[in-house]
Amino acid sequence: MQFSSADWAAIRLTLELASLTTFLLILFGTPIAWWLARSDSRIKPLMVSLVALPLVLPPSVIGFYLLVAMGPNGPLGWLNQTIGLPKFPFTFAGLVIASCLYSMPFVIQPLQNAFEAIDERMFEAAATLRASPLDRFFSIAVPLAKPGFLTAAVLGFAHTVGEFGVVLMIGGNIPDKTRVVSVQIYDYVEALEYGPAHHLAALMLIFSFVVLYLLYTFNPTRKKRG
Amino acid sequence: MKHRSILISALALLSLHISLASADETQVAVAANFAAPVQKIAADFEKQTGHKAIIVTGATGKFYSQIVNGAPFDILLAADDETPAKLEKENQAVAGSRFTYAIGKLVLWSAKPGVVDSKGEVLSKGNFEHLSVANPKLAPYGQAAVETLKALNLYDKLSPKFVTGENIAQTHQFVATGNAELGFVAYSQVLKDGKIEGSAWLVPEKLYSPIRQDAALLNKGKDNKTAAAFLSYLKSQAAKDVILNYGYSL
Repeated sequence: MQFSSADWAAIRLTLELASLTTFLLILFGTPIAWWLARSDSRIKPLMVSLVALPLVLPPSVIGFYLLVAMGPNGPLGWLNQTIGLPKFPFTFAGLVIASCLYSMPFVIQPLQNAFEAIDERMFEAAATLRASPLDRFFSIAVPLAKPGFLTAAVLGFAHTVGEFGVVLMIGGNIPDKTRVVSVQIYDYVEALEYGPAHHLAALMLIFSFVVLYLLYTFNPTRKKRG
Repeated sequence: MKHRSILISALALLSLHISLASADETQVAVAANFAAPVQKIAADFEKQTGHKAIIVTGATGKFYSQIVNGAPFDILLAADDETPAKLEKENQAVAGSRFTYAIGKLVLWSAKPGVVDSKGEVLSKGNFEHLSVANPKLAPYGQAAVETLKALNLYDKLSPKFVTGENIAQTHQFVATGNAELGFVAYSQVLKDGKIEGSAWLVPEKLYSPIRQDAALLNKGKDNKTAAAFLSYLKSQAAKDVILNYGYSL
């Protein structure tokens, strides 16, 4: 397979975007998933629904709302202007925010499932040994939920790599900034340049399959329930 | 039993859809920039003849791929003259059926009043962050925008500020939402009842090669009388008046 320098730039950008998005989602998604798994709050169904929303919304809806919200007349754009931050649309930072929203359920749901599967009595036992809540979380929950973290990270990463519609709508297709692999492929196909499109598309296909294959080989869901 | 009744109703729904495509109809694939005028023309056409033109709008490049792969369109109203010519050369369109139905005009537009001056000098001042341009590889209006900037010797200076729309509709969207301060769009997109909202500079036609938009009768529509009637209606004075009103020349 041969790739042009523009292709390599798109590949590098895609990997950067997916890595940063996965990192941020694990960082902020873990406390949310923990709360969702342990809470009996009345607003829990509301929160679960909000987290699952990007699963069912078409990317055109998410992209459109983000474009309007981040615009100079939207709430996010207004906030940015007021505190002197740069604008979000057509920037890498904007893509990261959009990707976090778009891939959120793929990270939070596996984490929540993993936390829910942990036997409550373990925490009670640890509490009688005077382990603090934070200690209980890091010494019991995190090691036991390891398969959940792996699934969350892999799915979050892979789903961000496979993102297209949202990036297309708020990215503006700028080389080195917002032109990711999926957009580059779309451009090739639209311009009827099927050769380079095939190379990049095959790369995506192989990548996606290998990632899922490794995930299901080394992290079978059955083991988790033990 | 429940599954069987679901299957039967699904099949019934499917057959209903198949039978809906009757002989008095024609399916027309239309370039995104011509969406508004063609709706008006199709409505007038139906009123006058009783025949129905079903309009599908989208990007010309995408239509090309779909037509080559057997899409059920009788007519293509393209955003350029190359795609219909290519289709005819590849025996996908009826030979001799091509004609120019509209000539597009390029405009530099901002959603805000006072941003774009009447001579386009805002371009050389360059006091803006983003300039929205349709992808020149895919869209004729993008190509025209690049030609204009090169003619003004501003291309190298301004290309780092480009944000690229996949088609002219998305390019317009970037400007309309205010995310790009200004952009090169189709005059027909910003002209509403003879007026322009925001501010605009109608680019002199000597700065870019004419955006000829050609129509072609596709092989699928060769024996469709409604398709032939629609094409001749498109050449009528009534249709031409609509086209001129929407900011095209002829």
